[in-house]
Amino acid sequence: AMNYSAKDEVDGGPAGPPGGAAKTRRPDNTAFKQQRLPAWQPILTAGTVLPTFFIIGLIFIPIGIGIFVTSNNIREIEIDYTGTEPSSPCNKCLSPNVTSCACTINFTLKQSFEGNVFMYYGLSNFYQNHRRYVKSRDDSQLNGDPSALLNPSKECEPYRRNEDRPIAPCGAIANSMFNDTLELYLVANESDPKPIPIPLKKKGIAWWTDKNVKFRNPPGKESLEEKFKDTIKPVNWHKAVYELDPEDESNNGFINEDFIVWMRTAALPTFRKLYRLIERRDDLHPTLPAGQYFLNITYNYPVHSFDGRKRMILSTISWMGGKNPFLGIAYITIGSISFLLGVVLLVINHKYRNSSNTADITI
Amino acid sequence: MSTERDSETTFDEESQPNDEVVPYSDDETEDELEDQGSTVEPEQNRVNREAEKKRETFRKDCTWQVKANDRKFHEQPHFMNTKFFCIKESKYASNAIKTYKYNGFTFLPMNLFEQFKRAANFYFLILLILQAIPQISTLAWYTTLVPLLLVLGITAIKDLVDDVARHKMDKEINNRTCEVIKDGRFKIIKWKDIQVGDVIRLKKNDFIPADILLLSSSEPNSLCYVETAELDGETNLKFKMALEITDQYLQIEDNLATFDGFIECEEPNNRLDKFTGTLFWKNQSFPLDADKILLRGCVIRNTDVCHGLVIFAGADTKIMKNSGKTRFKRTKIDYLMNYMVYTIFIVLILVSAGLAIGHAYWEAQVGNYSWYLYDGENATPSYRGFLNFWGYIIVLNTMVPISLYVSVEVIRLGQSHFINWDLQMYYAEKDTPAKARTTTLNEQLGQIHYIFSDKTGTLTQNIMTFKKCCINGTIYGDHRDASQHSHSKIELVDFSWNTFADGKLAFYDHYLIEQIQSGKEPEVRQFFFLLSICHTVMVDRIDGQINYQAASPDEGALVNAARNFGFAFLARTQNTITVSELGSERTYNVLAILDFNSDRKRMSIIVRTPEGSIRLYCKGADTVIYERLHRMNPTKQETQDALDIFASETLRTLCLCYKEIEEKEFTEWNNKFMAASVASSNRDEALDKVYEEIEKDLILLGATAIEDKLQDGVPETISKLAKADIKIWVLTGDKKETAENIGFACELLTEDTTICYGEDINSLLHTRMENQRNRGGVSAKFAPPVYEPFFPPGENRALIITGSWLNEILLEKKTKRSKILKLKFPRTEEERRMRSQSRRRLEEKKEQRQKNFVDLACECSAVICCRVTPKQKAMVVDLVKRYKKAITLAIGDGANDVNMIKTAHIGVGISGQEGMQAVMSSDYSFAQFRYLQRLLLVHGRWSYIRMCKFLRYFFYKNFAFTLVHFWYSFFNGYSAQTAYEDWFITLYNVLYSSLPVLLMGLLDQDVSDKLSLRFPGLYVVGQRDLLFNYKRFFVSLLHGVLTSMVLFFIPLGAYLQTVGQDGEAPSDYQSFAVTVASALVITVNFQIGLDTSYWTFVNAFSIFGSIALYFGIMFDFHSAGIHVLFPSAFQFTGTASNALRQPYIWLTIILTVAVCLLPVVAIRFLSMTIWPSESDKIQKHRKRLKAEEQWKRRQSVFRRGVSSRRSAYAFSHQRGYADLISSGRSIRKKRSPLDAIIADGTAEYRRTVES
Repeated sequence: AMNYSAKDEVDGGPAGPPGGAAKTRRPDNTAFKQQRLPAWQPILTAGTVLPTFFIIGLIFIPIGIGIFVTSNNIREIEIDYTGTEPSSPCNKCLSPNVTSCACTINFTLKQSFEGNVFMYYGLSNFYQNHRRYVKSRDDSQLNGDPSALLNPSKECEPYRRNEDRPIAPCGAIANSMFNDTLELYLVANESDPKPIPIPLKKKGIAWWTDKNVKFRNPPGKESLEEKFKDTIKPVNWHKAVYELDPEDESNNGFINEDFIVWMRTAALPTFRKLYRLIERRDDLHPTLPAGQYFLNITYNYPVHSFDGRKRMILSTISWMGGKNPFLGIAYITIGSISFLLGVVLLVINHKYRNSSNTADITI
Repeated sequence: MSTERDSETTFDEESQPNDEVVPYSDDETEDELEDQGSTVEPEQNRVNREAEKKRETFRKDCTWQVKANDRKFHEQPHFMNTKFFCIKESKYASNAIKTYKYNGFTFLPMNLFEQFKRAANFYFLILLILQAIPQISTLAWYTTLVPLLLVLGITAIKDLVDDVARHKMDKEINNRTCEVIKDGRFKIIKWKDIQVGDVIRLKKNDFIPADILLLSSSEPNSLCYVETAELDGETNLKFKMALEITDQYLQIEDNLATFDGFIECEEPNNRLDKFTGTLFWKNQSFPLDADKILLRGCVIRNTDVCHGLVIFAGADTKIMKNSGKTRFKRTKIDYLMNYMVYTIFIVLILVSAGLAIGHAYWEAQVGNYSWYLYDGENATPSYRGFLNFWGYIIVLNTMVPISLYVSVEVIRLGQSHFINWDLQMYYAEKDTPAKARTTTLNEQLGQIHYIFSDKTGTLTQNIMTFKKCCINGTIYGDHRDASQHSHSKIELVDFSWNTFADGKLAFYDHYLIEQIQSGKEPEVRQFFFLLSICHTVMVDRIDGQINYQAASPDEGALVNAARNFGFAFLARTQNTITVSELGSERTYNVLAILDFNSDRKRMSIIVRTPEGSIRLYCKGADTVIYERLHRMNPTKQETQDALDIFASETLRTLCLCYKEIEEKEFTEWNNKFMAASVASSNRDEALDKVYEEIEKDLILLGATAIEDKLQDGVPETISKLAKADIKIWVLTGDKKETAENIGFACELLTEDTTICYGEDINSLLHTRMENQRNRGGVSAKFAPPVYEPFFPPGENRALIITGSWLNEILLEKKTKRSKILKLKFPRTEEERRMRSQSRRRLEEKKEQRQKNFVDLACECSAVICCRVTPKQKAMVVDLVKRYKKAITLAIGDGANDVNMIKTAHIGVGISGQEGMQAVMSSDYSFAQFRYLQRLLLVHGRWSYIRMCKFLRYFFYKNFAFTLVHFWYSFFNGYSAQTAYEDWFITLYNVLYSSLPVLLMGLLDQDVSDKLSLRFPGLYVVGQRDLLFNYKRFFVSLLHGVLTSMVLFFIPLGAYLQTVGQDGEAPSDYQSFAVTVASALVITVNFQIGLDTSYWTFVNAFSIFGSIALYFGIMFDFHSAGIHVLFPSAFQFTGTASNALRQPYIWLTIILTVAVCLLPVVAIRFLSMTIWPSESDKIQKHRKRLKAEEQWKRRQSVFRRGVSSRRSAYAFSHQRGYADLISSGRSIRKKRSPLDAIIADGTAEYRRTVES
């Protein structure tokens, strides 16, 4: 810093200019400037710390038990249909020269599933959270921006253009969209082999915000096919984006719900995504009664090259979601530890309590 | 010249160091003796040299040419210096000053350049560039840019505000007006248009616009009075005097306009007290010196009009040359912090490298087979790993906290303001608040180990009051009534009979007044008459009131006392002094003034009374006076007894005496005096000899006793600081006895202290050196240094050492001598080698000796160094700094303390009597020594604790935040995928976690100021670096690492396979990011809540506000509206609302926060219970202590008595105007001895050396 400041020259010596006597340089006597702001000075005393631990213990343990019980009451069945084991019915689909392959897996529900049942597909060892993968999309295009539709973002490389036409939807995520088809049949009884197909609802599986805000088809009154006419389907796709749902016109294009679900990338390499809803019929009949079922799979999606697994999951849900024992156990553990810590601290505090009085201050 | 004399006489090899003398004057430095080729630099000289560096230009040739009234002359091409390729600039600066750094165009580039010179900012700039490379860009561009812009912006705004203020001040000063001769007339022009060679006219109370040569003045004898408070802080007037010839011819405008003098002088330099040059005019040449120069920054006083010629303008002026950059001081924590940032940087590189290797491996194992990851480039795994290394450097960049430096600066600025605002450090009497002049050192105030204090004006008030006297063997001054009975009732003497009394003197001896009025004893009147006539005080009448301007406060006190007792000094002219003697005015002819200097220790005046007799009056130190008394002096013994009594009462004493001189004797002596005054060589000695001849056979009148009060609260402050384990060293130019007495007075020394003096130490050090040498050789190099104390433990010791002994002990003198001898003949190569070898050995020896001395001194509880020069003061500070690695603080008030103030880690200036010089170079300033305890024990301690807490938390919060990415890497193929949304990363450091910690850093107090002062032992945490060191740093990092683990793995467990309550899978990346981020924000804000021990409403508001802000901003950024506007920039649409709708996620967040915080609470509680720190204990019993305090205060009201402590001085008159007599005499002495009263800058500077 400079020693000389012009101000010093003007202000003069310590006493200030002789003329300006009225102005005092006395600091203001405010609580803030004198650092006397009213304040609460909490210190960790036995009186506050010990009850905290006990209360946390007493709150966490019941919560944990509640979560744990709820989680245990959830019915869930998981069917792995990757087909890497030779015994698996889907084993035949692994060979690369089979184009469209169907296989069927039988399974039994020992208990009936009540209420709404949700059907998921699960993938393992699939790094949907890989940085290169996550960023390979164009949200403007998916939001229906006409210019982005024809000129997708660079992030989509190398799935940006194909045969000189822009890919819609572009990017690696869209390109690797899950395209197995799963169908569920109930084998009514041993004697009558004619299976009953379970009605699978394919709408209402995506977030409302995704379907209505984030994903939008390009604007205009013309048909979807017309809107996408200058684009080309992703390399790996069999169908164009406007043909994803042949049954429901409003479930096509970027707002196809299967597509939206896929585009919401998973946090971890093992994940499940909602595939279909099985709505409960009425209070009298369970949605999925106990019994024999079989799963018809149109096996398209290759995962064995990277040691991935494919699963189909049927699950009921509760107020806190699906089956996951972790949180319940964690709550119970933390609650118990907290309670125990409280006891330990109580003992220690009792032991050292005597040695705390003012005479103790040695300075 | 005198340099040689000093080194040869004072430092004679055989002689013992002389306790009486100050070793050598500061002007004559060793460095001037040092040979240029010396390769080995004595470390000792480093400090000294730095202080002296500025002075080196002194002996340059006179190449600066100035021609009066001729602007064209200075524009000649050979005065042009080439600046850039072809831009030429005159070597004569214009008078416009420029203290600002930027203008409108240069601000942005220059400021940015300066900011990027800082390592941290540069680092983030590099990151920004890295992020621009698409292959490795792992974060959005704004994640680094926004915080960086904010940091740069805040700093830039601060710089801008500072610079605008400077612009304003510059403008105001540059636009001041002044009268300058232009086209033959005086015209008013602005300061900035003044040029070298201009002739200007100045009036009373004008600021001097440039360094000018005084040409003439309206006062008699071409005198001009100036106040130099701006330059050296001294408030007494200085006298400048023009050349006789210029004063004679250059009084009126026409003559001034035609003045065509030509001046050759030295180039601009920063020596305020030196100037050499020659004026060529009328075919004659006249020597010029500093006496004739008026310096910019001074103010004209008591002079109606004066004229001058501008010699140096603007940047060339001495004041501007003196405003060089001060040494940039940094705190211990600064250094520590930098090392920690480097540590973190290394950690960052290691972690990134590890993850990059992981990525390469993963790509080879998994990535290459994952068809869905195909990106069109057939890069090898190792190349991908390499790219990912940079990617991770970017992702993990927040480990190095970007806002660290700017936050630290903000906190320090706040602390500085709190110091400025502190009412309890505001001195109402002088209207002086404390001031933190540097804003970067606050927390260092909490770590002080050693305080080096000046004495005069720092420990003492430097206000002298006449207390007692001894006249003709009788002591006056105790409480007595007129009839000589001592009284218990204190009654002030009434001075109302005297019209000249100022009514401020408190005197209790009514008998003395009785004596004066009755005139029974002629000596009593003689005594006060002497005081009124024998001095060099200047008088000034303002509204009929007499005002005295004295060079030393002692003299002022004496003259003032005489005035109150009826002998008022009224006026002085060139050769007369007018005194009112009990109402009747008499004028005396002054025949000679034999001025004071530190060798003579006395001053005399020879006057002719109106009756025609010649008398010599003399006052001086008892030792010198007694040597010169007439044999027949009846009251010699009584006066000696009185002097002893005065000394024991710690009063400063002077002896007064007179003698009659025969006319013949005087004429004879006067001839010798005249001859000596014009002697060309050794004039000082010749004069001293002549003085000696007349100052003999004196008749003793009596002695005066002056009280030099300690400042209020000095002993209390010192004992408080001692309890805080701070060692206090007093460094003073005063005599040993004086210093010792002051030591007792301020309770630095007590009755049971064993005092060691220079010789004791010398022998101790000698034996130690012998031992070391005996043990030396090979074994010493391998044996670990054993610390052996010099003294047996347990005893209270103090060390009193004089400057000469200091030189002796530290081998200063020997190097000096040997250097002089050696540099003469370096003949052969062999010899040169031998020489350098011996020099190195000498250096080693010296270093060893210095180290031993410091070790020894630090074993003593108090150290007093007396008779030390400013340079030695700085040297002592530097020794402790160097060998003890301790934090030092120097406190002083005068120009002689500047060196030490600049050397110490922290310099404190007392803005009091002596003025601004010390304050200008200090880091903190206030008006009273006692405020030091508040500055250190309260502000220093708080600042230290706040800064430590702040840093610990800052590192913690950034680690907790950043390392989540690290844990996440294991689950995303080490692909540098972030665990949070980009916007969260952008705003986390800026908005979500900064305000609470900033407020804690500004406002936190563990114990109140009262308790901090009551328990000084609390201070030691800072001295011992207990709150922030590498251990604490790693604990913070570990805490951060563990927190990040909890923050990642609990949500991970919860997310492994779950689905949401509506069946939709919440296990998507975005919900996960929101969960972790929410848990993080809540955790770190609650954590700062736990760390905050002083919850004001702003703290509470900021903590909960930060959390609320986080949720508010998140919901905004995740809203539908913003996605529609910027679909690509805000990709998390709907995540917040969808995720935080689920009780499951809230349960996860609550669990995470609980697991992060509960162990902290438990550990803190345990450590408070089992190993409570003193601060913890005091906090626990805060209420009880407060109650105690109040009770005590009520009690103490009754026993508050007036106890004035006094300091003891045998003799402490300061040097007068001796230099003036010696310097200007050859020209002026012939006219009148009055010239002796004219002070000059040199004398003033010398004076400060002794104070």
